Amino acid sequence: MVLFLTKTLRTSTGLSSRYLPWVFGFFFFPGLETFSQLVHEDDYGSFLVNETEINDFPRFAHRGILLDTSRHYLPLKSILTNLDAMAFNKFNVLHWHIVDDQSFPYQSVYFPELSDKGAYSCNHIYTPTDVRLVIEYARLRGIRVIPEFDTPGHTQSWGKGQKDLLTPCYSGERPTGSFGPVNPILNTTYDFMTKFFKEISSVFPDAYIHLGGDEVNFDCWKSNPEVKEFMKKQGFGTDYAKLESYYIQKILDIVFSYNKEYMVWQEVFDNKVQLKPDTVVQVWMENNYAHELSSVTGAGFTAILAAPWYLDYISYGQDWKKYYSVEPLNFPGTEKQKKLLIGGEACLWGEFVDATNLTPRLWPRASAVGERLWSSRNVTNLQDAYKRLTSHRCRMLRLLVNYC
Amino acid sequence: MCGFLAGLETFSQLVGRDENGMYYINNTEIVDFPRFPHRGLLLDTSRHYLPLRAILETLDVMAYNKFNVFHWHIVDDPSFPYESLTFPELSKQGAFHAMTHIYTASDVQTVIEYARLRGIRVVAEFDTPGHTLSWGPGAPGLLTPCYLGKDPSGTYGPINPILNSTYQFVTSLFQEVSAVFPDFFLHLGGDEVDFTCWKSNPNIRAFMKEMGFGEDYKKLESFYIQRLLDIISSLGKGYIVWQEVFDNAVKVRPDTIIHVWKENPTPYTEEMANVTKAGYRALLSAPWYLNRISYGQDWMAAYQVEPLKFEGSSEQKARVIGGEACMWGEYVDVTNLAPRLWPRAGAVAERLWSNATVRDLQDAYTRLADFRCKLLG
Repeated sequence: MVLFLTKTLRTSTGLSSRYLPWVFGFFFFPGLETFSQLVHEDDYGSFLVNETEINDFPRFAHRGILLDTSRHYLPLKSILTNLDAMAFNKFNVLHWHIVDDQSFPYQSVYFPELSDKGAYSCNHIYTPTDVRLVIEYARLRGIRVIPEFDTPGHTQSWGKGQKDLLTPCYSGERPTGSFGPVNPILNTTYDFMTKFFKEISSVFPDAYIHLGGDEVNFDCWKSNPEVKEFMKKQGFGTDYAKLESYYIQKILDIVFSYNKEYMVWQEVFDNKVQLKPDTVVQVWMENNYAHELSSVTGAGFTAILAAPWYLDYISYGQDWKKYYSVEPLNFPGTEKQKKLLIGGEACLWGEFVDATNLTPRLWPRASAVGERLWSSRNVTNLQDAYKRLTSHRCRMLRLLVNYC
Repeated sequence: MCGFLAGLETFSQLVGRDENGMYYINNTEIVDFPRFPHRGLLLDTSRHYLPLRAILETLDVMAYNKFNVFHWHIVDDPSFPYESLTFPELSKQGAFHAMTHIYTASDVQTVIEYARLRGIRVVAEFDTPGHTLSWGPGAPGLLTPCYLGKDPSGTYGPINPILNSTYQFVTSLFQEVSAVFPDFFLHLGGDEVDFTCWKSNPNIRAFMKEMGFGEDYKKLESFYIQRLLDIISSLGKGYIVWQEVFDNAVKVRPDTIIHVWKENPTPYTEEMANVTKAGYRALLSAPWYLNRISYGQDWMAAYQVEPLKFEGSSEQKARVIGGEACMWGEYVDVTNLAPRLWPRAGAVAERLWSNATVRDLQDAYTRLADFRCKLLG
């Protein structure tokens, strides 16, 4: 068996070395997964593999799953089971949307108050040990962990443990008591971010950090007299996209100073923030996403596609078919542009998802995305995919829950 | 007995916990009673087999939600998991797997007893004449052979209504079913009968002529159903049927219960009015097909249904005896049954138990969130 493995198991990936810190994992593990799928059972219950030559390699380099542990906390076990399932489907990136408005489960060493005050409870946190466990468990399965610390919006939970981080909203002359996005005009904001991202950069070994930057609501900034004053001083007029830009640029510089690259949601690109050339832009808005892909790659940026793969949007029936039928390169652009689309992510936002329903909601629907990102462009036959998907599901059930 | 159990459930929901972790309950007087007597849940064990433990677990949660009827849609087109003593070939040939995907007589008794101890009636459904493809392999000659021109095409349709052997079979099978399931009611199905196959069969066409039915295959359907109902009555059972049986003007006994499930072409509110106006009792399921998932808090739509919201007299309204949340099995098996069913079915449960005035969504949300935690604990 071992001889067979080394003699005939050939996989190649053709990916840039900067993008693959763990070369061994990436060559070997997908190959093992392919190998495991060739195992079948005979009538007597013996497991067999026919002598086979495997020639397999992924189409796209970035094949990710987004998990959201802020809208609902996901216990470690859930995350680890999911990493197993991901490996089985040859996903190689866990995009860990770890904090957001609703809760801050990430236990920071420099700023313990963030999770002390911001997590749902002291039982709903990820300690440094937990985080290291996830990263290592993933690494052993050839999966990179890209954390997302989304700012300046989506940060309500940060304000609980970090005073003066968020912008106080005003009604006329008086603060309303509610808060908006991160306050971009204070030096203390950038002092905090400098220290915070220093920790993040050392905790998460991947070359990339996702910095979010989506859905920034300007109303609160507009209501705050100090922010308005700042806008005037900077000559931004009433264009709050410029203020957002100002903030994001400073964060990008901070993160870059720690030798990290970054990923951002598409708004950062759309709002014309000055991005470094290696920025990865994640396209998530469904409306006319092909056009967005053209724009992003046309401007020379690398892109990943999530827009048609929001798996949290459940619906009745076999919706895996519509995920499977997406062709990521179906957008107007040159060959050079198409090369800039390096992959995509299936996203399972957590508004209506927790450990009680994560696995059945994500799988095997995400497998359709997995195949779309791994297999060749011409592998599109739905009938054939259905047959393979049903037996693949059984294999997964056997692996994950010992049932089929 | 059932009242006592329901009372125990209400009691258990009053239990609170203090900051030291102690369980306590305030001195309380409970006045509680259901609005509708039939509060049901349908599970489909034909589209996907559900292992016994999944059914028993569901019964537990049903009890917490004060559901009192388990509508067991046990067989259908895709598979026949019910192990019949009279016709063992039915499950041998018709189950997904004759050894692992069946309900033995003992399994069935386990379900019935487990339910009984929780104040839940088990109403079994053996749906005919449509929805019976899985019956064919184990009962040759039962289903109608479809024709392509002059020759049989090799495929089969609904139960063959023109053969005496059909009625002998049906009598024997239901003799067994009536004995196995102690509830007074059996659900006989009668929905979605596709006439295409009957129309293609020359023997059936000849029969239609003989009987003077013309081209109206509803009359043939009626013919079958009437004989079926007579058989069931003679066995001392009452019956529930899907609305098509009423819509197609089958002559049914006055104590028949009509199960309203369709949302079109007739809106279900109108159907409820028609059914009750004709003097029959009605069960509502149309707005409660929980298998039809969608993004977001769809429990709210289920909760806001008002079963008595239709044009009719108070006598008519009194004929609405309740409703059922349905979890059809096309996309459901043991890996996703529980999270798909709960706590959404809780919204239906409250609508069927509580007073019509209990409708505030905010308040319901708070209680439902808390209830869900209790269910998970």
